[in-house]
Amino acid sequence: MLLIKNLRASVEGKEILKGINLEVKAGEVHAIMGPNGSGKSTLASVLAGREIFQVTEGKVSYFGKDLLEMSPEERASEGIFLGFQYPIEIPGVSMVNFMKTAVNEQRKHKGLDPISSSDFLKLMREKKELVELDAALANRSVNEGFSGGEKKRNEIFQMAMLEPKLSILDETDSGLDIDALRIVANGVNKLKTAENATIVITHYQRLLDYIIPDYVHVLNNGKIIKSGGKELAFELEEKGYDWLKNDSDK
Amino acid sequence: MSLEAVKIESKQKFIEIYQDNIDTLKNDAPEYINIARQKAFELFKNIGIPDKKNENYKYTDLNKEFDNGYKMYLSPKNIKFQINDIFRCDVPEINTKVILLLNGWYYDRENLITELPGGAIIGSFQKAAELYPDLVKKHFAQYADMEKEGMVALNTAFVKDGIFLYVPKDVLIEKPIQIINLLMDEEEGFTQHRNLFILEEGSQASVVVCDHTLSTPNFLTNSVSEIFVGQNAGFDYSRMQNEHNGSKQVSHLYFHQERDSRVNANTITLHGGLVRNNVHVLLNGEGCENNTYGLYLTDKGQHIDNYVFMDHAFPNCISNQLFKGVLDDFATGAFNGKVLVRKDAQKTKAFQANNNILLTDDADINTKPQLEIYADDVKCSHGATVGQLDEDAMFYLRARGIPKKEAKLLLMYAFANDVIKAIQVPALQDRIQDLVDKRLRGELSRCNSCQMHCC
Repeated sequence: MLLIKNLRASVEGKEILKGINLEVKAGEVHAIMGPNGSGKSTLASVLAGREIFQVTEGKVSYFGKDLLEMSPEERASEGIFLGFQYPIEIPGVSMVNFMKTAVNEQRKHKGLDPISSSDFLKLMREKKELVELDAALANRSVNEGFSGGEKKRNEIFQMAMLEPKLSILDETDSGLDIDALRIVANGVNKLKTAENATIVITHYQRLLDYIIPDYVHVLNNGKIIKSGGKELAFELEEKGYDWLKNDSDK
Repeated sequence: MSLEAVKIESKQKFIEIYQDNIDTLKNDAPEYINIARQKAFELFKNIGIPDKKNENYKYTDLNKEFDNGYKMYLSPKNIKFQINDIFRCDVPEINTKVILLLNGWYYDRENLITELPGGAIIGSFQKAAELYPDLVKKHFAQYADMEKEGMVALNTAFVKDGIFLYVPKDVLIEKPIQIINLLMDEEEGFTQHRNLFILEEGSQASVVVCDHTLSTPNFLTNSVSEIFVGQNAGFDYSRMQNEHNGSKQVSHLYFHQERDSRVNANTITLHGGLVRNNVHVLLNGEGCENNTYGLYLTDKGQHIDNYVFMDHAFPNCISNQLFKGVLDDFATGAFNGKVLVRKDAQKTKAFQANNNILLTDDADINTKPQLEIYADDVKCSHGATVGQLDEDAMFYLRARGIPKKEAKLLLMYAFANDVIKAIQVPALQDRIQDLVDKRLRGELSRCNSCQMHCC
């Protein structure tokens, strides 16, 4: 599904990603862990097409297509979903209008007719329940006045609405209490199928108690310094990152 | 030619036109009007047309605009057309009787005055000045300040016709009255209509004003409206400015509010080459509320300048000003809003905000919100912002599959909506939402059923 080869990216002339290699296949859950400033969020942003990052080297292919050639909206319509670390507040744009526009633009991209209003409302209701999102929030402006937990649940709600093939969840767990974390993780687990894949970016091992990854990668200083199965996460929990850093520095 | 020379020449031109046409101007006008006319003329001779040295006109040089050979309409020009052929407004819930001004003159020459149920009167200002001298004399030239404002003096010196509305005590006019200012001619023209709205104690009315151009020549307008809102009366004023980009207009609204009165004034500027809107509000009694809102969506070489003066003369009044604008291409603009809270106006609440989005590096806006407070127990705030579309919000929308162009529209529309939702007539609100959407999409902003190709 996704193949990243020697990806290098920088922002304002400063190199953040220094040669990332990663392959994600359908049905897999990958966890990317690492200390602050290691480049985790940059990787997520580059994959979603954020323009402030310049890709200086490397290739990313997504279902055989050159991902880096696509605009953010094309990537989204092709099934890439970024769960934002800090969801943006957009005053004056209602959640309903936002989601309806997004769903219909993605349908248009696939050559489908716009969804009917009744089907859309039904879909909204269904997906809201999945993340236990308060019905009233849907009538408010996007993320405006939402609590931290509501914003994160709103990200998973949007993911449920758009049914992406590849979800990249950028620290969706940070700032959540354990109840909210359960709801978010539960949402992600329910949306998992054999056809889609998820990359969870986190620096808390706690999330991985609820979302069981197939692979764990440790990112440090712009490079993946270690990959392994879910047991790697436990090792990190126990020993921290330093033993790996020292390893890689040698 | 230097600006100074232009200034003197423009002024001199109007002095000569006045002197050459003094008989036409004074003819048919009651004595009390002509006394005001003469006084205004003397004042105009001194003040002239404001130039950029005038702090209130710093960003709009009117002398340049008045340096032209436009024809003035000193008597009504007979242009016959079937009003229903060109204009059919299908906004629901609006009074079916359309009040039309053509080049500043009341169009329906057969029925210059119409009496509405309850004794309300609507019609030609000129005719009303003749038929109801006591009423008109009591309010005419009482609120519009021609001593300080040369453009008001100019309007008053040449006063002929316009709209007259009178709503007697405790009378409620349910449906909004629609007023169309139509500019149409084969040659370039300069119009100066004069409106007078009188709302007696406890009465209520709303008007919807549309400014349109119907033919391609350039037009210039200098209009004055005086609006008296009596004790505990309510008045709603919604205006749509939709003239073509070869037109220039200066408009002056003077609201005089008595105790416990309420006024909502909302101006939506969609098209027009140069638009200068002056709004003066005097809160002349306790317990008044005034909401003055504006939205301007400009592109190409358009210039928009909003000026508001909010005078809190008595305690316990509330005023809100909200002006929002989106400027594209190389459009320019200014906002100058002043709130004056006089010494005795305790417990005043006055809020003022001006927010702007510039879509290009060449678009330009100057904004100057001002508070002048002499009372000590008040709640006032003011603020102005000038920015671009929020890049983070753009990316968020695009990351959900919404194309850049649509994302931009969504954000601009959301920005504009604060002003639109303040429009009190729901049906009109829907229509304006639609027009704003079209405007932002770069389509012609006209109602589908209306044949007016106004822009």
